[in-house]
Amino acid sequence: MRDNIMKNLKLGFKEDKLAVIGVIIILILTVTSAFAFLYPVDANAISVTSRLAKPSLIHPFGTDDMGRDYLARCLYGGRASLLVGFLSMILSTMIGVIVGSISGYMGGKIDAILMRFVDALMSLPTFLIMVVMNAYLKPGIKNVIIIIGLLTWMSIARIVRGETMSLKEREYVVYSRISGQSRLKIILQHILPNIMPTIIVTATINIASAILMESALSFFGLGIRPPTASWGSMLNNAQGYMIKAPYLAIFPGVLILLTVISFNYLGEALRKIFEHK
Amino acid sequence: MIEVEDLQIYFRQKKQKLFSFNTEYLKAVDHVSFTIKRGETFGLVGESGSGKSTVGKGILRYYNLTGGNITFDGTEIGYQKEKELLPIRKKMQSIFQDPYASLDPSHTVKDIICEPMEIHKLYDKSERKERACELLEMVGMNKNDILRYPHEFSGGQRQRISIARALSINPQFILCDEPISALDVSLQAQIVHLLEGLQDKLGLTYLFISHQLQMVQQICDNIGVMFLGNLVELSDADDLYKNPLHPYTKMLLSSMLEADPGVRCLEDDIPEYKVMTRVKQGCKFSNRCPYANSRCKEEVPKLKEVAKGHYVACFQYEG
Repeated sequence: MRDNIMKNLKLGFKEDKLAVIGVIIILILTVTSAFAFLYPVDANAISVTSRLAKPSLIHPFGTDDMGRDYLARCLYGGRASLLVGFLSMILSTMIGVIVGSISGYMGGKIDAILMRFVDALMSLPTFLIMVVMNAYLKPGIKNVIIIIGLLTWMSIARIVRGETMSLKEREYVVYSRISGQSRLKIILQHILPNIMPTIIVTATINIASAILMESALSFFGLGIRPPTASWGSMLNNAQGYMIKAPYLAIFPGVLILLTVISFNYLGEALRKIFEHK
Repeated sequence: MIEVEDLQIYFRQKKQKLFSFNTEYLKAVDHVSFTIKRGETFGLVGESGSGKSTVGKGILRYYNLTGGNITFDGTEIGYQKEKELLPIRKKMQSIFQDPYASLDPSHTVKDIICEPMEIHKLYDKSERKERACELLEMVGMNKNDILRYPHEFSGGQRQRISIARALSINPQFILCDEPISALDVSLQAQIVHLLEGLQDKLGLTYLFISHQLQMVQQICDNIGVMFLGNLVELSDADDLYKNPLHPYTKMLLSSMLEADPGVRCLEDDIPEYKVMTRVKQGCKFSNRCPYANSRCKEEVPKLKEVAKGHYVACFQYEG
């Protein structure tokens, strides 16, 4: 099955040019923000003399209202946004997979309780809660990751639950149970490996929404606090200079757009590839 | 070796209305009793939905019993907890119908065959692999296939892998839940021969569930006929085929395809089968039975011995 998937991956990406472009964009953004320290400019160095400089050779992306180099800020901002996206995706996927597989496999009362809990969480206005939680927790990347992770796992839990429920009636799971295999091992060895494709697809699309959420939070000044750069807070900052220096909004805006679209196309392509099988 | 006494397995049906409090039960298996002797092949036949698979899985305690009991080798296992069952599970194994669904597609043949050994902590790692190779050869496959994935094999080969897996922990009893139904005819014969050979060699006991009467007749010693959750006839194989008593058994046998198109004996006796509706009262077969009378519509017949070793649940044969 594994080499089958590899074959399908190659084929699928050959057909889907948009996904390939998406992967390339994601890779470029990840690498550049991971190696942002190689760009020898301090992202937080304030310079009064070069405020709102237009993009030039010295400042490829220009400078912002405090004279900080905008390219450096975009790179470090990307670091924050991608980090939040990846880590909160990992957190939410983990919670979602655990809750979903237990709920789906155990069924009965446990399932009912867990799913009503998920329903309750889903019907809460997520963004409002984030705002409130942010007011109580110390702002910073760590807390943004935790907040986003804790509030976005429900959809994954539902998907995993559904898949688990259909897999647990398969004869190889029935066989395992009859042979005396423990529930934990059945979930780990027989159910999760077989729903991995679904999990990967959902997780990929979740990264995109986590990045958007982080941007939105930071845009409202609730997520990552200045002076640490983040695409969302940079957008917020750019509001006052829309006419005077529109590039301040364009650069982080386009970066957010590109990242989110890339992850979404990648997710879509993966979904198609796994469905093929 | 295995005694099934008054086995009942009911499933709760989903409530139809929002506020109805009376849950309805689907009686998948209702008061079924039979005994499987050591070393024999016991056949269970019946149409789909008759509960034969449920009986099989019930014996392996996949389902919780609603009533009755199961005795395995002198131990009552009907209501034991999962932990207490583990030593018993070591003696029981199963082979299922669908060779495509019964092997985990994400595991290699080695992982598949080694799984029961791992569960019961038999042998160490290298011994397990060796044993897996031996077993593969025993069921007529190549030991080099051990690192391949199930999708690389045909249905018949997959069924052989299932058999190898079932044999890996030296069980005494194997549930064969329609092991040949999904295979084509030439493969069916091969798999049946393989199963028979293994039985002679290893002294296995089989519970063989099938709807293919020819095969059942060929390999089973005793046969139980099930209809809608009830055992309607129980007899040794020869007697059942020569002298079927229950009208349902007669109908089943008449539906067997003969090689000779001229031989079609009971066809005319049995009316074309009407839309299956559940009978609420009386014998469940009464609305399809050509001999049904008023008594059949009110009372449920019990399984009674009418000749030596031949049991039937029908009022025709009572006093």
